[in-house]
Amino acid sequence: MKSVRPFRTRSRRLGTTLVAGLAVLALGACTGNEKNDDDQDLGGGTTQADSGSNDEAGDKIVIGFSAPAADHGWMASITDSAKKVADQYDDVELRVASGTNDVNLQISQVETFINDKVDAIVLLPFDGAAMTPVALKAMQAGIPVINVDREFDDPNAARVTVLGDNYGMGVSAGAYICSQIGDKSDAVVAEIAGIDSLPLTQERSQGFKDALADCGQDVDNRVAADFTVEGGEEAAANLLQAAPKIDAIWNHDDDQGVGVLAAIKNAGRDEFFMVGGAGSANAMRSIQAGDSVLQATVIYPSTQAADGIKLARLLGQQKNMSDLVEVEVPRTVQLYAPVVTKDNVDQFIDTAFES
Amino acid sequence: MSENTTGAAGPASADTARVEAAAEETAREPNRAVALFRSSAGRNTGLVVALLLLCIVGAITAGDRFSSSDNALTILRLAAVTGVVSVGMTFVITAGQIDLSVGAILALSSVWCTTLATQQTAQDSHWIVMVFVALAVGAGCGLVNGLLVAYGGVVSFIATLAMLASARGLAEIISNRKTQIVDVPGFVDFFDHELFGIEVQVYIFVLVAIAGWVLLNRTTFGRRTIAVGGNPEAARLAGIDVKRHTVMVFVLVGLCCGLAALMLVARTTTGSSTHGTGLELDVIAAVVIGGTLLTGGRGSIVGTVIGVLIFTTLTNVFTLNNRSISEQSLLKGAIIVAAVLLQQRLASRNSST
Repeated sequence: MKSVRPFRTRSRRLGTTLVAGLAVLALGACTGNEKNDDDQDLGGGTTQADSGSNDEAGDKIVIGFSAPAADHGWMASITDSAKKVADQYDDVELRVASGTNDVNLQISQVETFINDKVDAIVLLPFDGAAMTPVALKAMQAGIPVINVDREFDDPNAARVTVLGDNYGMGVSAGAYICSQIGDKSDAVVAEIAGIDSLPLTQERSQGFKDALADCGQDVDNRVAADFTVEGGEEAAANLLQAAPKIDAIWNHDDDQGVGVLAAIKNAGRDEFFMVGGAGSANAMRSIQAGDSVLQATVIYPSTQAADGIKLARLLGQQKNMSDLVEVEVPRTVQLYAPVVTKDNVDQFIDTAFES
Repeated sequence: MSENTTGAAGPASADTARVEAAAEETAREPNRAVALFRSSAGRNTGLVVALLLLCIVGAITAGDRFSSSDNALTILRLAAVTGVVSVGMTFVITAGQIDLSVGAILALSSVWCTTLATQQTAQDSHWIVMVFVALAVGAGCGLVNGLLVAYGGVVSFIATLAMLASARGLAEIISNRKTQIVDVPGFVDFFDHELFGIEVQVYIFVLVAIAGWVLLNRTTFGRRTIAVGGNPEAARLAGIDVKRHTVMVFVLVGLCCGLAALMLVARTTTGSSTHGTGLELDVIAAVVIGGTLLTGGRGSIVGTVIGVLIFTTLTNVFTLNNRSISEQSLLKGAIIVAAVLLQQRLASRNSST
């Protein structure tokens, strides 16, 4: 994890130094086809980059990109931010396959990329296990595959794997709640999970439990919703009845969090504070305003496919992550799950997704 | 059951015989309605017992947290959206059809009316406009379903399956898959408003249920619905415009979806293309355990309402005891099977006497 942060900080800093040049040369430097997200800067580079830096224009490369259907805010942002980053480079041509939850279709999309002899493939599989064979095929054809978010079964099926940190989200949320309520022995901690049958939900819950155990706390009330606003509202309405007095709530997902907050408001309860998950722009604005029980959120970056594009470009141009001593791009990049509070929200709100 | 006899005689007998049978059936209808009410009251006893048992379990395991009036209101408020749609669905199923698109219609209505609220151009428009738009979208979708089924000859299972896919798709296009947060003063306040300590949502549910009961049991529309569902051919010969009636039934459920969408928008302060996902199954389950025959010809609004309350209370009791969703689903399945088996026993006993 530690190895990741210098990379991200560096690109962020580079991004901001480039913004000035970008603003002047906006029309020339980027394709400028983004209408409503001008405030979102993902720290990409241009031909204006410092000479010798990784963002300096290199050989033209073609990247194939495939991801599941954009059926909620986070997933929509995955594809949007990948496109945005690719747009910022003159030397990258991104071919985006239409988002699909059909494994069969996604396999054929990757096969098409192989036939087209793209230089690299960035793949967020709908189902990691099902996409492993075709990813292996691409690797054998000499096309590096960058696996994002949902892991393949076989480590050889990807050159680089970019992962979020579900367990880490739970740990961050739990540690933050510990820091707020301390070792008060009778504190009531509640958890509103996402879809319980998904491994990612189980990992988040496990991390939460482990972190709370470190300060002698446990989860007193737990409900599961379904990542939707409606589900969040229903689960929270019942949960608030179940626990007449609560000290802290962790809600796994900011999309469903809109419903959770509506239910809390409806019940007229405010004796506790809430920590969100995933990190939507909505949630961050509410943290910034301090007008609800939502006091913090833990990030599960929706920009990880965009990082996948950057890594694919480096691989294609035989570059490396220049803050590392290593000669080659690393095998695994696991992102960090930081806690966003009123104090540091400015740092994160620009890359947050709109739910 | 008289409609079974008529049905069996159908192909073999002459038209005149069928006309007579149908006429006889219509003539007996007022009596039948009374008998139906009586027998359905009998059937509902089982459901009421189940609901009471659930409440007793809740009171024992969760004590005051369950038996508080606050919790009772929470249950009613959570039941309201599903309940309103279920009342509409009772008519569709009684008329011998099925509507799989209710969840998608609800999503489309919610998104359409919140788009009005969230877009710059519509900021001056009164929230009443939102209400009319949601109801019109719901009724419009119902109309399309009804026309496809009645005049297009598409089986309702297929027609509404198509509506399920396309209404949700349209909702996603309109909302751009974003959750639209409503901040219209007046709108949310109206539906969340409390009257004598009870929220407007709960009143709406109760009013819709009462209106549904009156409509099904005390009006020509209701009798026709039962007749159309029991034996469409006999109903046609008795002078009922079966096609038109089928359309009206679908419009009715669509209207209920529009109303439910408004309630959900107020409850969650959002319109979203993910609203009402899987709602159709909850609604059909409630209607079926409520004693409405899936084959049509018999419906019970009281049963439907108790069915909805059983499922909502079940979730509430499980959450109060910190039990998992999986255990709830298991028990929900068991309740559906038990209720339907019980009804079949009762039905066969009724027809043998």
